[in-house]
Amino acid sequence: MGILVVAEHDNDALKAATLNTVAAGGELGEVSVLVAGADCRAVAEAAARVAGVANVLLADAEIYAHPLAESLAPLVAGLASAYSHLLAPAATFGKNLMPRVAALLDVAQISDVIGIEGADTFVRPIYAGNALATVRSADAIKVITVRGTAFDAAAPDGGNAAIEDIPAAEDPGLSRFVGHELTKSERPELTSARVVISGGRGMQSGEKFALLEEIADKLGGAVGASRAAVDAGFVPNDYQVGQTGKVVAPDLYVAVGISGAIQHLAGMKDSKVIVAINKDEDAPIFQIADYGLVADLFKALPELSAELDKQR
Amino acid sequence: MKVLVTVKRVIDFNVKIRVKSDNTGVETANVKMSMNPFDEIAVEEGVRLREAGTVSDLIAVSMGPPACQETIRTALAMGCDRGILVESDVDLQPLAVAKLLKALVERENPDLVILGKQAIDDDSNQTGQMLAALLGWPQGTFAFKLVLADGAAEVTREIDGGLETVSLKMPAVITTDLRLNTPRYASLPNIMKAKKKAIDVLSPDELGVDVTPRLTTLKVEEPSKRQAGVMVGSVAELVDKLRNEAKVI
Repeated sequence: MGILVVAEHDNDALKAATLNTVAAGGELGEVSVLVAGADCRAVAEAAARVAGVANVLLADAEIYAHPLAESLAPLVAGLASAYSHLLAPAATFGKNLMPRVAALLDVAQISDVIGIEGADTFVRPIYAGNALATVRSADAIKVITVRGTAFDAAAPDGGNAAIEDIPAAEDPGLSRFVGHELTKSERPELTSARVVISGGRGMQSGEKFALLEEIADKLGGAVGASRAAVDAGFVPNDYQVGQTGKVVAPDLYVAVGISGAIQHLAGMKDSKVIVAINKDEDAPIFQIADYGLVADLFKALPELSAELDKQR
Repeated sequence: MKVLVTVKRVIDFNVKIRVKSDNTGVETANVKMSMNPFDEIAVEEGVRLREAGTVSDLIAVSMGPPACQETIRTALAMGCDRGILVESDVDLQPLAVAKLLKALVERENPDLVILGKQAIDDDSNQTGQMLAALLGWPQGTFAFKLVLADGAAEVTREIDGGLETVSLKMPAVITTDLRLNTPRYASLPNIMKAKKKAIDVLSPDELGVDVTPRLTTLKVEEPSKRQAGVMVGSVAELVDKLRNEAKVI
């Protein structure tokens, strides 16, 4: 019995977390990848080149132009009997889709898996990552979302899988895509960036985030935010790092004007190096930071920007 | 229109949880419990629809031990009309909760079920999607904005790259994200009034649902702790450390 990874993509390219999910699947067995979309053969071809992928299923149909769970879930559930595990990245795409698939199959879903102990035993964070639960599934098919930062990415090249065209499932016609407003950015994706610089309530306004953007651009990084900064309306929700936002684990995470509530730490504490800049020396963020700087961020950020230009 | 909202009793978000020394779970004795924050947003959305005249019957549902009645009372004090508690001592996992909710939907025939997107204890983020699947209803998950018109629910959703708007045929399942609204605090008069509102108590058996857990928790552990590092005195020292010690820039 093989492993089916449901690819996350935008009809042009695979999302980075799909590669981490393929790697997680590789720990369980032979990996097939499902690419469901519209005019998305290029994505299937990219998936076929990923190291460790044995074959690719391509469901290319107009009803999959946008990833609606109502349309996709019957397709994935219909394929399930040939597999022991169904995996997707634990991003908004997978979190929306996989529980619906699991319920159609009458099995549990296991969210945000960070460790695989065996074919039926998985480790996942609970309570905002303040505890780790090891759970065993009694179901025949395991439906799983994978936390990308917990698994190394599979190499995007080196594979040579066959692509098999499969028919679309019947569209239940329950939902319709109306439109979207996507944040346009030249910066890397938050969840796969090597450097992330995040601002909190201490930033005082959305305009001041330009100070972070300037530094992010010098470091080739992405800009994030705490929930407090999102709640205050400084930046959109898709910037949010934390328990209810995105989980990141970059090489360098710089927290600026962020006090360090446990809900925020849940989203970034697995970063390799953490820097905290805060004017409050008692801020809890300093307890987990590798390097702490007590300073007024409106002085420190321009200084940091200038310092990065030096001695290159 | 009739709307069902779900409320889960969880350890208060401000409490620093402790893992039990025998690694069987998290300490819940003598710990402050509250309504799951995302469920407060669900209740608030239902109450706003009621205040707008769109909804005439707003039902708050909780599941678990008898103490969940307190959580339902909070929802009643915020403005729900009545409550239903499905009482059980079993560890109710998302699939079981979705099946119990489906049974309640079949009894009550609501036009909309509004749930929090995630409970802050098990962080599963599954129940709404599972309920929608079992009912064959559409799902508007991670809702940022909800507009009801002409038998459809237009839901703007928080997605990784920004916002997405979908149109769902009613009846539908909605799960709430943070920015949908800001929940109110119940006023003292409303807390008093809520004491007189009815709460029906049912059992999984009465609803004909098998709630046997599918997942067994083998152990619960504390994650490895990060050690605090060093404090630096200046930006120049910070950049020097990042370049030459940590070698990350």
